[in-house]
Amino acid sequence: MNWQGCFTLFSKEVRRFYSVILQTVGAPVVTALLYMVVFGQVLQGQDIQGVPASAFLVPGLMMMSIIQNSFANTSSSLTQSKINGNLVFLLMTPLSAFEIYLAYIGASLVRATLVACVLYLVTQLFVTVPIENPLLVATMLVFGGGTLAVMGLIAGILANKFDHLAAFQNFFIMPLSFLSGVFYSIHSLPEFWQKASHFNPFFYMIDGFRQGFFGVGDSDPLRSVVVAAAFFTFVSTICVVMLAKGYKIRG
Amino acid sequence: MTEPAISIQNVEKRYPSTHALKGVSFDIRPGEYFGLLGPNGAGKSTLISIIAGLTHATSGNVAVLGHDVRRDFRQSRRALGVVPQELVYDPFFPVREMLRIQAGYFGCGKDYWPWIDELLERLDLTDKAEVSMRALSGGMKRRVLIAQALVHKPDVVILDEPTAGVDVELRRTLWKFTRELNEAGHTIVLTTHYLEEAEELCDRIAILDRGQLSVLEDKRALLDRHPYRFLSLQLSGNGGALPASVERLIEDRHGDTLELKLEQGKDFIADVMEAIRDAGYRIQDVRTREPSLENIFVELTDHSHDTDEDAA
Repeated sequence: MNWQGCFTLFSKEVRRFYSVILQTVGAPVVTALLYMVVFGQVLQGQDIQGVPASAFLVPGLMMMSIIQNSFANTSSSLTQSKINGNLVFLLMTPLSAFEIYLAYIGASLVRATLVACVLYLVTQLFVTVPIENPLLVATMLVFGGGTLAVMGLIAGILANKFDHLAAFQNFFIMPLSFLSGVFYSIHSLPEFWQKASHFNPFFYMIDGFRQGFFGVGDSDPLRSVVVAAAFFTFVSTICVVMLAKGYKIRG
Repeated sequence: MTEPAISIQNVEKRYPSTHALKGVSFDIRPGEYFGLLGPNGAGKSTLISIIAGLTHATSGNVAVLGHDVRRDFRQSRRALGVVPQELVYDPFFPVREMLRIQAGYFGCGKDYWPWIDELLERLDLTDKAEVSMRALSGGMKRRVLIAQALVHKPDVVILDEPTAGVDVELRRTLWKFTRELNEAGHTIVLTTHYLEEAEELCDRIAILDRGQLSVLEDKRALLDRHPYRFLSLQLSGNGGALPASVERLIEDRHGDTLELKLEQGKDFIADVMEAIRDAGYRIQDVRTREPSLENIFVELTDHSHDTDEDAA
């Protein structure tokens, strides 16, 4: 294992997003706060699963930000390197597919955690959100953020231009994350959509994450962890195989 | 027997629409300054990409210092530094930072930082060390690419057209720098379109043509293999028509100067000059020129006389 090489790529990726932190951390926090202000106002006075709606929104918005930022970090970095042509400097190094995977995912998780923490702290100025089970919160953050970071890496491998990436983000990631209970409990949905939600892995990420805060949710927390872990393992396997074979990146 | 610096065995590369390499085999010896030449589309860049691990060969084997580029990719890539043809760079980091990152990928930590500073110094980049690549001129970017390929002190260095589009001064600096690297024991592989560059620098030359190795020889032997020499004569006086034995040798004629191409062992300078004098001319000036690599290159890669079947 080339730990030094892996750590170098990881820290380079962290410094890359840190150098444009207003865009990579500041902007998503502001966006999430705007959602919170608008939806908090609309849902004022209502309870969801026995939790005030404005507090209920917070973990959902945090996970949505984790999902979007994890995806954006890996996908934009890889696509940019591919389009610029400077990916060759990485591909000519003695880093294995797994080391490249690990470094990219790790850096993405740092960004996702940073966005989630800042968002959590800022929302505490308006509402109080307890953390019932920190371990569950951390586990879901790693599996949820990790899964999307891996999907971002896969999208980066497949994309030939930023337009492809935007399509992936807008037609796949956004709908799945919005339709998975960010702003609501799936119990408020018609029965068909409740059942359909159980086939959406993003639902388990958000529900499991939220249960870590409030101790209540739509699904068994253990099931959420298992589904999120299984999905993470599934996409990771695909991604490492693609990197090892050099699919679309090594001529 | 010493391990070749680069061993290329029956390498074939097929793309959906082209057959870029059609079974190429040769070795590059450790410590030599090797020229890899060929017209555009000959397969040079594909071969370099395969050596660097940027592309996988369809079949065949490539090893750097005995390490297979796929099976032992870590060792082969540690032994190799490649200066890419394109001016590509990461826009996020200044020069020194980027070189430290590149060294880090190879597992080279802080103990390599003095070497990085030395590289900056030798490539005249010290005052640009904190500048972003975006702000550098083309020539400066080229120097950074060279430094980037050398950060991990590789034994074998491939320079893919390093002097394309650079000014004469930088070209001279790069020649000197690569010669010093070679003298320090590094194996250098150079691809270039400037044939005088290969002639000046390389010990041995391979010419790739349409995906196949067409020549692999010592530079001197390659130059000697060319059976011609060139004779330039400046004439005066009002002589008559030149004899047919001279006319057939004339390659070019401008003003009072004749350019003749003489086959060694068959056409003799003394005979030609005598025939011209006999025709009533005075010879004012004589110059002879040995064939250059360019003449040989053109001769070996000129397909204008190929049949349609050959070209297909």
